[in-house]
Amino acid sequence: MDQTIDLAVRTKGLVKQFGSFTAVDSIDLAIEKGTVYGFLGPNGAGKTTTVRMLTTLLKIDEGEAHIFGYDVTKEPKKIRPRIALTGQHASIDEDLTGTENLVMICRLMGFKRKEAKQRAAELLEAFGLSDAASKQAKNYSGGMRRRLDIAASIVITPDLLFLDEPTTGLDPRSRNQVWEVVRALTKAGTTVLLTTQYLDEADQLADRIAVINKGAVIAEGTPSELKASVGSGMLHITLKNKTDIEQAEKVLETRFYALIRRSSRESEIIVNVSSSSEALKALNNLESEGIELVTFSLSQPSLDEVFLALTDDEE
Amino acid sequence: MEINQNKSKDNLQQTIISSHRPTPPHALSSVGTFAMRSLLKTKHTPMALMDITAMPILFLIMFTYLFGGAIAGSVQDYLQFILPGILVQTVIQITMYTGLDLNKDLQKGFFDRQRTLPIWSPSSLVGSMTFDVLRYSIACLIMIGFAMILGFRPQGTLIGLVSAVGLLLIFSFSLSWIWTVLALIMESENALMATSMMIIFPLTFLSSAFVDPETMPRVLEVFVSVNPISMLVDSVRGLMHGYTVGTEIMWTLVSAGVLLAIFGPLTMYLYKSKN
Repeated sequence: MDQTIDLAVRTKGLVKQFGSFTAVDSIDLAIEKGTVYGFLGPNGAGKTTTVRMLTTLLKIDEGEAHIFGYDVTKEPKKIRPRIALTGQHASIDEDLTGTENLVMICRLMGFKRKEAKQRAAELLEAFGLSDAASKQAKNYSGGMRRRLDIAASIVITPDLLFLDEPTTGLDPRSRNQVWEVVRALTKAGTTVLLTTQYLDEADQLADRIAVINKGAVIAEGTPSELKASVGSGMLHITLKNKTDIEQAEKVLETRFYALIRRSSRESEIIVNVSSSSEALKALNNLESEGIELVTFSLSQPSLDEVFLALTDDEE
Repeated sequence: MEINQNKSKDNLQQTIISSHRPTPPHALSSVGTFAMRSLLKTKHTPMALMDITAMPILFLIMFTYLFGGAIAGSVQDYLQFILPGILVQTVIQITMYTGLDLNKDLQKGFFDRQRTLPIWSPSSLVGSMTFDVLRYSIACLIMIGFAMILGFRPQGTLIGLVSAVGLLLIFSFSLSWIWTVLALIMESENALMATSMMIIFPLTFLSSAFVDPETMPRVLEVFVSVNPISMLVDSVRGLMHGYTVGTEIMWTLVSAGVLLAIFGPLTMYLYKSKN
């Protein structure tokens, strides 16, 4: 048939409105099977709303969505056995213990009682939760809760897993453990749709990224494509005197027509350049104005910079 | 250390690849799993049992000794009259917790997971309600047992007594769908609690539970006589003490049926369209 079959997710003109507020504004997606797709955007960008529509939890107002070729609105029952969701808020029952949670999910997936117990023990072991197996989940740390949550999502290895901000609020060690799980899942053939506010997370895990802001996809591509679209290089300049910063910006903008951004550090400015000779020219311009520099470096733009550049263009 | 890490990575990979894919469970099985979930929750927080143990006993003692002398002349006589009434009132009040529990559940992430599972969608509702019926029966058992210690003597047969409890359970189950509808509409737990109380108090007190309706002003008497709770109280009283209450039982069952027919589908509609 058509191409839809080879795609894990395909949407056309997806729209969701809450009253007069358009949370998702005509999103088109095409996610290939077996890949990790990153959904990158700030709070309130519409990431979770999109995930909720795709996981059959929220009605689609306009447009269409297909998961493995099945229509999300018309055939949710065909889709549910193949997908799993780990939501932003731990989707586990906090009053129950780790074992009880997993046994329950196993039973609801159709495991026999004995199989359910066995699978629960297996998962707890693999996720390093054996010691906490008989503790109520409400006494778990954030990282443990998240791992239990993901374990519950992969009781049956799903064909498509939605991870909605899986590492928000986690310490670096727990975050690495979550990443480890995502990598193991892709090896097993699972397609992963990951939403995140962290650019390095998308860069680390995703094969393709959609940058989403105010309900719309403002850029889409591989991490390196996205970086390239913003310019080939970022020149970071640290000034000796932070009082010079306004003058430096003026020089670069008026004489050099450069796209500049202030960094979070007071004495640093970031200049968007297309080549190294352009970078040199920028430095010369500053030099001739008598602005003293401490350090400068030319690098590939980080995803942070990509995101800021893209959202600035919007406004 | 290094080896350990690799080992655990392999373990993770293997666990993830596990290819067992059972067929989704039958409705009965998933309902049972959710009933089990409620049971486990209760096991972890035994204090939640207060409402079906201590509270009924407290009510029974309070009403019997507070009103007994004044209303019926003697505590013993009043106990025979009031036990069926207080039993109904207590169990009807407990049904409110079904809504409160659902409301709490809706606020949590687990609700989302439930709805993406390949199960009969009312499973979790029906499961927890099944467990609630068990809770109601425990409350009945405790109250009747305690009342007997105080001197309650049902004049009817054992079958009558069991049928009385059975009828009460059926009506309570049907009534609890009102609370699930409210739980799905109300945003906050407090609002839900207040609304439920506003329905329950007039419904149970303005009934034949505590006093004979003939002693009431005309308007009130009319309300009391059409109140389904009065029908239920009269049926329970009749079954326990062995007098004929065919019409009352019929009307009780009819109102239970009507409640279920209206609020059951309404709950399911709201439940499915809940964001």
